[in-house]
Amino acid sequence: MYAFDLISPKSLDKALEALAEEEAQVLAGGQTLIPTLKARLAAPATLVSLRAIPELRGVSMQEGRLCIGAMTTHATVADEARSHFPALADLAANIGDPAVRNRGTIGGSLANNDPSACYPSAVLATGATVITTQRSIQADDFFLGMFATDLEEGELIRAVEFPIPIAAHYEKFWQPASRFALTGVFVARFDDAVRVAVTGASEEGVFRWTAAERVLSKQFTAAAVNELGRPDVDMISDLHGSAAYRASLTQVLTARAVARLQE
Amino acid sequence: MQTITMTVNGRGVTATVEGRTLLVEYLREHLHLTGTHVGCDTSQCGACTVHVDGLSVKSCTIFVGELDGAEVRTIEDIENADGSLSPLQKAFQDHHGLQCGYCTPGMIMSLSALLRDNPKPTEAQIRHHLEGNICRCTGYANIVKAALAASGQLDRADAG
Ligand SMILES: Cc1cc2nc3c(=O)[nH]c(=O)nc-3n(C[C@H](O)[C@H](O)[C@H](O)COP(=O)(O)OP(=O)(O)OC[C@H]3O[C@@H](n4cnc5c(N)ncnc54)[C@H](O)[C@@H]3O)c2cc1C
Ligand code: FES
Ligand code: FES
Repeated sequence: MYAFDLISPKSLDKALEALAEEEAQVLAGGQTLIPTLKARLAAPATLVSLRAIPELRGVSMQEGRLCIGAMTTHATVADEARSHFPALADLAANIGDPAVRNRGTIGGSLANNDPSACYPSAVLATGATVITTQRSIQADDFFLGMFATDLEEGELIRAVEFPIPIAAHYEKFWQPASRFALTGVFVARFDDAVRVAVTGASEEGVFRWTAAERVLSKQFTAAAVNELGRPDVDMISDLHGSAAYRASLTQVLTARAVARLQE
Repeated sequence: MQTITMTVNGRGVTATVEGRTLLVEYLREHLHLTGTHVGCDTSQCGACTVHVDGLSVKSCTIFVGELDGAEVRTIEDIENADGSLSPLQKAFQDHHGLQCGYCTPGMIMSLSALLRDNPKPTEAQIRHHLEGNICRCTGYANIVKAALAASGQLDRADAG
């Protein structure tokens, strides 16, 4: 490791103070950031760990919404969100591998906004709210393309609040080497609407497939998705899959998720 | 430099180190516990898996500076008190769950956490649990078989 300081403040105020310094960066689970530091793709002078701040951890129901602290690990979400929001617990239980789930956090995943990450699809498909140290950001405004979010310099995610759908399912097509999603689709059905969010597919990062939302809001069947055709979006093309393959996967995974919810 | 107090394999240790020291580096270079291996150094392979406060983690992707007060357990603490192999280690030996042995400490640490939480896992659960442990030699079949044997369910494993 190159030389930098690691500090673990015990309060959010102290953490924000430390982060106001030049070249300071926040450390959550480190599952993305530590390999990034080793590759010298980031080289902060100070890393500010959020691990010693208890208020950033935990899963609770508040006024009918599921509130998850930014530093809550994927493993904890898999356990503690299960009785409230099983589709989200399943998503968390299938991120990476057990050791990654024991350290990686929901806040780190959302701040990073990897184009193949799982959580962004759940946040976007449920219309969740990202609570930061400065404001509340609606999911539709939070994700701004691959690895880009609406977070300002020095602004931290504190928690995420999920409205709970009547029914939901995340269908992940594994990229077996990275264990991320090659493509993943989160379908959330509410009283008045259906929302569909797709990860691992678009050049613009996670997106809502609005054409599918429209037809599914009228007729919630896999057949309706099959008749719709593929999404008209610029898809990622790389050694794991061509753009056409990802467009096809998006449609197939959406239909599968809907079929699961029709059972 | 930071002063960090931890329990490693039941023994209290106090270290004055840079907080940015990786746990695996601390275990291998400072405590000479070289059973924990480094395969990839990028959180992909699981060779460096140890337990921190009972949870399996990749020790190449965790800083000692975050471990003040933590309880760490490594492969060196898995054998029985009399120095004989633990049931899981014995099952690896009996069912050829290792060839070169490089991945084995990580496999054992990962599986011992699984068997503690789920004493009779299905084959599918074992395979899902081992997603983050890569083995270049065995093709996994005998590792899965060893896990089934260690959990008293060998009759479920494929013959041969
Ligand atoms: C082998 C492997 C497999 C994986 N598989 C998957 C997968 O299948 N699906 C998936 O979605 N992810 C996967 N991941 C990524 C994993 O979920 C990471 O844990 C996650 O992307 C980053 O979370 P972290 O807590 O580790 O954050 P860190 O690595 O600590 O931080 C990531 C970034 O977010 C910033 N940050 C962290 N917390 C906050 C905050 N509260 N506010 C503002 N900024 C913050 C950091 O400064 C950094 O830039 C995998 C990772 C590995 C190593
Ligand atoms: S050496 Fe840590 S995961 Fe490979
Ligand atoms: S036995 Fe050689 S890597 Fe697993």
